Amino acid sequence: MEISTLQVILVFLVSCVCGAGSILDEFQTHRPLIACTLIGLVLGDMTTGIIVGGSLELLALGWMNIGAALAPDAALASVISTILVIVGGQDISTGIAVAIPLAAAGQVLTYVVRAITVGFQHAADKSVEDGNLARLDWIHFGALMLQAMRIAIPALIVALTAGTDVVQTMLNAIPPVVTTGLKIAGGFIAVVGYAMVINMMRAGHLMPFFYAGFVIAAFTDFNLVALGVLGTIMAVIYIQIHPKYNKSQQVVVAAASNNDLDNRLD
Amino acid sequence: MTTEIKKVTKSDLNSVVLRSNLFQGSWNFERMQALGFMYSISPVIKRLYPDPNSQERKDAIKRHLEFFNTQPFVAAPVLGVTIAMEEERANGKPIDDAAINGIKVGLMGPLAGVGDPIYWGTARPVFAALGAGLALSGSILGPLLFFVLFNLVRLATRYYGVTYGYKKGLDVVQDMSGGLLQKLTEGASILGLFIMGALVQKWTSINVPLVVSTIQKQDGTTEITTVQSILDSLMPGLLPLLFTFACMWLLRNRVNALWIIVGFFVIGIFGAWTGILA
Repeated sequence: MEISTLQVILVFLVSCVCGAGSILDEFQTHRPLIACTLIGLVLGDMTTGIIVGGSLELLALGWMNIGAALAPDAALASVISTILVIVGGQDISTGIAVAIPLAAAGQVLTYVVRAITVGFQHAADKSVEDGNLARLDWIHFGALMLQAMRIAIPALIVALTAGTDVVQTMLNAIPPVVTTGLKIAGGFIAVVGYAMVINMMRAGHLMPFFYAGFVIAAFTDFNLVALGVLGTIMAVIYIQIHPKYNKSQQVVVAAASNNDLDNRLD
Repeated sequence: MTTEIKKVTKSDLNSVVLRSNLFQGSWNFERMQALGFMYSISPVIKRLYPDPNSQERKDAIKRHLEFFNTQPFVAAPVLGVTIAMEEERANGKPIDDAAINGIKVGLMGPLAGVGDPIYWGTARPVFAALGAGLALSGSILGPLLFFVLFNLVRLATRYYGVTYGYKKGLDVVQDMSGGLLQKLTEGASILGLFIMGALVQKWTSINVPLVVSTIQKQDGTTEITTVQSILDSLMPGLLPLLFTFACMWLLRNRVNALWIIVGFFVIGIFGAWTGILA
């Protein structure tokens, strides 16, 4: 597919939003669901973007920044694999396979930028001497822009080259057994994300709820909304009846029943 | 000299909420969210210490450029409490730098412990799973639902966090030990784990087409039993469950998630090559 100059500019801008979203982690514009959809939209094939986004989102479900530990980068993976699928005319499964090394590359890039922004932090210290608040705002924006460029520049390069013969030949050189294998792996690779979420909870005593979810899903046709309601009900009941949260009431109840017993014995 | 009472206005608080949407913009390995915290609280510093050359303002900037890092959304109540303390200090109460920074540092650990499981462990994966399910069929509702739901929860946290923290001031510390946060964290974890269990079963697909037996029935039909059909009669989704346990074990042993994903790709390719998987 040929892309117009306007589309190249739009890809650049959307990539900026996704790159900024990746560091901010606020609006979630770096998540595949949003990033792939937006790239699809500006490239004129939103439906494909949404489908790539849905598939990648399942893969990336557990990718999260906890403390100072950085997750694989969903922004670079989403943006570039969507461009490759739509502009480069690749299968969605190939796009997802390419996304994995891209996520690793994005992770390295974000390490680099987060180290560079240490310099911005030191530049901010100047305001301690003159009380200038506006400078702080600009330094903060500057660091954010650097994070936006981290995604926008690679995206621009890929957008300009994805349709070329060199890239096409490279992507088409992947043997079919590899693409089939990737498709198969795509069926169960999401468990990595699930495992990351489960580990993050660090709540061994709550694991029965995990098994309950598994068995109920295995033997019913409940959709996610029904399961969500069921999970919430379980959570509420657990909190209501767990002795840990009802210490004071329990004492009262115990005391009352003791009296009752005494009366009857009398 | 007139002693005017310095007061943070409603619009200052709103401005802090708005700015805190860019909380992590300058996240760096040295002081992490320090500049983001300062950037967010900037309108309050401007209000309380209007003179740029005053030592009070310079001290305040110095205070808030100190190390800070927590889950970004639960930084909202910390911002609120800090605003309340800054206001009292600006009006002459004996609150020193150590007190303000002590509260900030003291709150960030416990709040991250609450924020991580609630937002990253439950809210985002649950909404994302819901959205991804719709998105796989190409429906725009998928991304929209995820975006709207998650941001509603996030913005509510940001808004109520700042206003509640400001109103309560130091009482927040007492509220936190009341067990409400623990209930919320545990409740969210239950929902999160329950949904993860369902997803392991529902949103994975694996097929081992190896034929175990082919039986010629009397009515002429043949019944082919594959490894997968035996597994399914035991418990549908058994293999993904085992894979999940393997992942959890590997992750706990500090294996990078990307390597595990690469490993799964290798299993997939090997399976396709040998015909064990389809």
